[in-house]
Amino acid sequence: MKIAVCISHVPDTTSKINFTDGDTKFDTNGVQFVINPNDEFGLTRAMWFKEKQGATVHVLNVGGPETEPTLRKALAIGADEAIRVNTAATDGFSVAKQLANIISEGGYDLVIAGRESIDYNGGMVPGMIAKLNGANFVNTCIGLEVEGYGVTAVREIDGGKETIKTSLPLVIGGQKGLVEESDLRIPNMRGIMQARSKPLHVKEPVDANTETKAVSFEKPAPKGAVKLVDNVNDLVNLLHNEAKVI
Amino acid sequence: MVLVYTESEGGKFKKIAHEAVSYAKGVADMLGTGVTAVSINATDASELGTFGASKVLNLENDTLNNFNAEAYAGIVSEAAKAEGAQVVILTSSANSKFIAPLVAVNLNAGYVANVTELPGSASPFTVKHSVFTNKAFANTEINTDVKVIGLAKNTYGVNENPTTTEVSSFSAEISMGGNELVSVDKASDKVTIADAEIVVSAGRGMKGPENWGLIEELAETLGAATACSKPVSDMGWRPHSEHVGQTGKPVASNLYIAIGISGAIQHLAGINASKVKVVINNDPEAPFFKAADYGIVGDAFEVVPQLTEKLKAFKAQNA
Ligand SMILES: Cc1cc2nc3c(=O)[nH]c(=O)nc-3n(C[C@H](O)[C@H](O)[C@H](O)COP(=O)(O)OP(=O)(O)OC[C@H]3O[C@@H](n4cnc5c(N)ncnc54)[C@H](O)[C@@H]3O)c2cc1C
Ligand SMILES: Nc1ncnc2c1ncn2[C@@H]1O[C@H](COP(=O)(O)O)[C@@H](O)[C@H]1O
Repeated sequence: MKIAVCISHVPDTTSKINFTDGDTKFDTNGVQFVINPNDEFGLTRAMWFKEKQGATVHVLNVGGPETEPTLRKALAIGADEAIRVNTAATDGFSVAKQLANIISEGGYDLVIAGRESIDYNGGMVPGMIAKLNGANFVNTCIGLEVEGYGVTAVREIDGGKETIKTSLPLVIGGQKGLVEESDLRIPNMRGIMQARSKPLHVKEPVDANTETKAVSFEKPAPKGAVKLVDNVNDLVNLLHNEAKVI
Repeated sequence: MVLVYTESEGGKFKKIAHEAVSYAKGVADMLGTGVTAVSINATDASELGTFGASKVLNLENDTLNNFNAEAYAGIVSEAAKAEGAQVVILTSSANSKFIAPLVAVNLNAGYVANVTELPGSASPFTVKHSVFTNKAFANTEINTDVKVIGLAKNTYGVNENPTTTEVSSFSAEISMGGNELVSVDKASDKVTIADAEIVVSAGRGMKGPENWGLIEELAETLGAATACSKPVSDMGWRPHSEHVGQTGKPVASNLYIAIGISGAIQHLAGINASKVKVVINNDPEAPFFKAADYGIVGDAFEVVPQLTEKLKAFKAQNA
């Protein structure tokens, strides 16, 4: 089985979010970038398929040279090869189109992407790849087993979960549950050394139109100070009469 | 015209469907056009007239009682084509988020998710949506002929806008794709975090899973869903499905009560979209107080039972 794991390169979860250039650009100053958490769960699940079922695992990213340390980290965790499509990730559709192209060229059976990236939170890339390539698609995937071409996937739904039978070629939008937190791997010295000599291919983009364009950013209005109360009677009164939520 | 996908369960529209139609009406007014809703197996589709839908296309098909993304996306896309929709509106429910990218590709439409307000302008068509897990907003132009919008939950509200509604049955070619549903595992008697108006959430300050009775009793009194911080689910005190935050579920309830949760940035990122936040914590320096509207500095083991008692009395009085 040939697996592609789509890796989005995102600000670390502790990052303070600021904008520059008259609030038109994300300020990367002092921001540390990491593998998107949802993708890290997917990558770890892919490692399981590699070790237990002999799958080959490639990691894919659409982005500039600045994403390469993130791809190297994925190689150090155990992916076999990395491919970077050398163009800025400007909107979900154009990113999906670049990835769909690499995926059909590379003949991948299983595409593991994340439910959403924690930067732009579009949650659109995996579904679009599936539709563009005519593959099956399971979103918010929290469990995945593959036997030959047959797949059993568990999906989170509002208020529960459901089990789906499907088949390869398949794209998933994955999240925690594919593996547990405690299964995530921190690259060890040997992995990091090996990653240096693993192939990281840089491919030029195909033509892809963008459909959306972020023109400006804003931060939420600053919050008023908390009202501290010292007993539950006051709290219930405020929630009823002032906040009107009970 | 503006097409809105209205989700139902067991034939009954969900609250988000009412919110989505209200929003669609707002967008249609901006564009000087009308609203058509599309529903699947809804019992009383005319109900949507209350919120401004002048037409409802209701598709009835017993094989679609369970959600199937390919089929549902196909139906919404066909309806959009049949009606010549300029804008297609979906929500941020798990099922809407599953089908929206498929609909967008079907219609060659640009898609923006987590939209929080009416478009800032109709031309260029610009929408405001939350990004960086609610730490910021972006204003994004959609430059395609057809636009797909995913409305964020509990942002626009439900507005009544009584309109005469024509309900027509609708048929579309249905392709179930390669996915086949095997089983659904869903507690039907519990309020879900996604649907709840009130969420009661607790963290490591509760010391152990054996103390969650206090949390459940408070939640039950309020008709709330229960949630937890990430370490609580990582340690197995509570199921993963209750983990909220940047890497867990987002919460956009009217009221979020956080008990024994410190308020780490990753936790706050997932709950910022909630309207009113109450914190109960014995450490006055807990960062959560900075993000809260109301707070009690105190021991959860004393405050929570008192709060539950008080609320029971309040409910009895106001019943
Ligand atoms: C990549 C990454 C992603 C993450 N994603 C998430 C996420 O999505 N969601 C999330 O929640 N966290 C997330 N975290 C973890 C986050 O950083 C915090 O560690 C976590 O939220 C802390 O949980 P907590 O508040 O329950 O525990 P603690 O930080 O231990 O806080 C416990 C609180 O309880 C209070 N307390 C103790 N005893 C009592 C008492 N008797 N009465 C009242 N109060 C009491 C304490 O004062 C303290 O404030 C993430 C971390 C990382 C690195
Ligand atoms: N620039 C990118 N390069 C590679 N994969 C991406 C990129 N952007 C998004 N993805 C994948 O698509 C998933 C969902 O992202 P999004 O649609 O941006 O929320 C991510 O978790 C990644 O798996």
